[in-house]
Amino acid sequence: MTQLKLSNIDKSYGNGVCVLKDINLDINSGELLVFVGPSGCGKSTLLRMIAGLETITAGELQINGQSMNDMPPSKRGIAMVFQSYALYPHLTVRENMAFALKIAKQSPAQIDAAVDNAAKKLQLEDYLDRLPKALSGGQRQRVAIGRAIVRDPQVFLFDEPLSNLDAALRVATRIEIARLKESMPDRTMIYVTHDQVEAMTLATRIVVLADKGIAQVGTPLELYNTPANEFVAQFIGSPAMNLMPGKIVATGEQTTVHLDAGGVAISNISTIDADAGKVVNVGVRPEDLMLASGEFMLEAKVDITEALGEYTLLYLQQTDGAENFIAKLSGTHKELRDQTIQLMANPGKVHLFHEGLGMH
Amino acid sequence: MDNIAGSKSSLRWAVHLSVAFLVVLWLIPTVGLLVSSFRTTDQISTGGWWRALMTAEHNLILRTAPPSTQTQINGKYVVTGSLAKSGTDLDIRVWGVSSRAIDDYTPGATAKLSKGGEITVSKDGHYRMEHTLPFTGKRGTRIFLSSALPPEFTLDNYHKVLFDPKNVEGMGQAFLTTMIVTIPATIIPILIAAFAAYALAWMQFPGRALLVAFIVGLLVVPLQLALIPLLKLHLNIGIGKGFIGVWLAHTAFGMPLAIYLLRNYMVGLPKDIIENARIDGATDFQIFMKLIVPLSFPALAAFSIFQFLWTWNDLLVAKVFLIDSSGQTVVMTAKLVEMLGTRGGNWEILATSAFVSIVVPLLVFFSLQKYLVRGLLAGSVK
Repeated sequence: MTQLKLSNIDKSYGNGVCVLKDINLDINSGELLVFVGPSGCGKSTLLRMIAGLETITAGELQINGQSMNDMPPSKRGIAMVFQSYALYPHLTVRENMAFALKIAKQSPAQIDAAVDNAAKKLQLEDYLDRLPKALSGGQRQRVAIGRAIVRDPQVFLFDEPLSNLDAALRVATRIEIARLKESMPDRTMIYVTHDQVEAMTLATRIVVLADKGIAQVGTPLELYNTPANEFVAQFIGSPAMNLMPGKIVATGEQTTVHLDAGGVAISNISTIDADAGKVVNVGVRPEDLMLASGEFMLEAKVDITEALGEYTLLYLQQTDGAENFIAKLSGTHKELRDQTIQLMANPGKVHLFHEGLGMH
Repeated sequence: MDNIAGSKSSLRWAVHLSVAFLVVLWLIPTVGLLVSSFRTTDQISTGGWWRALMTAEHNLILRTAPPSTQTQINGKYVVTGSLAKSGTDLDIRVWGVSSRAIDDYTPGATAKLSKGGEITVSKDGHYRMEHTLPFTGKRGTRIFLSSALPPEFTLDNYHKVLFDPKNVEGMGQAFLTTMIVTIPATIIPILIAAFAAYALAWMQFPGRALLVAFIVGLLVVPLQLALIPLLKLHLNIGIGKGFIGVWLAHTAFGMPLAIYLLRNYMVGLPKDIIENARIDGATDFQIFMKLIVPLSFPALAAFSIFQFLWTWNDLLVAKVFLIDSSGQTVVMTAKLVEMLGTRGGNWEILATSAFVSIVVPLLVFFSLQKYLVRGLLAGSVK
């Protein structure tokens, strides 16, 4: 069931700077939707428009079928968790969590029940009487999440909630958020992050924002396996996908591309006769490249190796020096440094992009 | 190695020395005033306040009992008694019988009197005067002596200045008047300015930037410029001279700085907190009362200290807007000016009055200063 509907939403500021243009998005009830994109792509702005903290320049936002464009934030049935936690510094954890309910004039018994319930869920029971300054970063973020839970909103909005935490805590809190989502299957969550791992692990669906618009919407694996365009292909996955220019020479069930650098790529993507001769970019993820003997897709000199034990990253330089590629081979391959190697990929893992858009 | 963080630099010593210097500079007159206010007139005339704890010496001329009290013992005429007035002690260092040589004799020695006879004076002032002939004359013999004056402190000055039922000095009344002027003149502008500052910092309305600029512009308008027009206005609308007038004047003159200070502080509060409160459903008024006011406490305290101090010490505004010919509404500053004329010689009264007028600002400052340095935002964001 569609719960949030964004129709043709634009955002521009008074000085004529347009940040978002023509955003159309349906968000289903119970989904955990993640907005990702490079910094400055407007993902936080979009979230803040949903929250009601930014005005919507044009278009319509509906929640549960009701237009929310002019509704104040508190009436939208949402709760937001800020990157900076935004705790009320002069109030204890309990008072922080009770704040919204007190404003809503709930009875003390109701407030206590809601706060205790949220505190239990987030293991904050021992800290209820502390001030925020006496808490660690992770605890503060849990309080911020608790403050959202207490209000029992239909939609949770998370604005980069883990960015201020250190790496280990980030992983732990990420798992907590995943658990939290599981415990509230009917609540919708919208989550903004620039961290791919968070996006891939948490999301039901990911929205990739780029260039004032939506580049692609899909489940994490859809984005990984069938990126709609070169931007998404390179944005999702780390290290980024290698793109190699070439020309289609054979079409049909499988497509054969002659690469400009000399190799041959075969892809399981089917093409029609009219595609023959098209200039395309062949995309291969570093982890899909493997050492080849005989037929090869890519021949290059290994410039630098980064052995991480589990796998080795090879930074490749083609003989003419025009393009640099990365390959990720399992195991340790330090010996390959300064050697010229030949690589190929499974045809099922080879992506084709024509004029920036994926061919499927 | 001087540049390494954490190492002591010579600059630090300069800072410490300057601070010590400023502290001493401030303490000397303040302590002087405090000490002087507890001394008696005699003590003040013998030496400066820094000698208040030391025994002072003062020269006295005292008389023995008159000849009429003489008795005849063993054929000699004798006068005995004590030079010390009842209730006081003497601690005689040296004494003499002539004004030209007051240090001729030590206690216990015997001096020849010019009119015949001799006198022995002991350390505590007891004397014995003898002569084979009767002493004549109406009055006793003059004894010149130099006596040690032990340190003495008294609350009499305060009693005189503040609680004298006849209110001769008028300081008690003036103290009350100053209080009546100062407290509302501090609270009213803070109240108004806090609301204005919140609106100028966090509420969206057209012309906000212009309004802020206008208020900053008002900061440089000298107060004296408005005295006459404002007084005329007060007289025309029927407020006249009085407390309401002086409250309004202090409020108006304090407002630009108050709004400017508070707005600048509030604008620096984390935006996320306020947005979060908005999502939590708080109205602007609730955000103001529950978040902004408690979080702005350092700024509110700082401004109230300023406003309190300069309304407390104000003379000009009070003279123009408050003090009339009835003399019932004289503030302390005006009273002190008056007393400099009428009681110019009575240092103990002046010192006490002066100290009464600074003690309240001192208390206000020391009780609020911790809010000036305490960070209230710790833990809220990041």
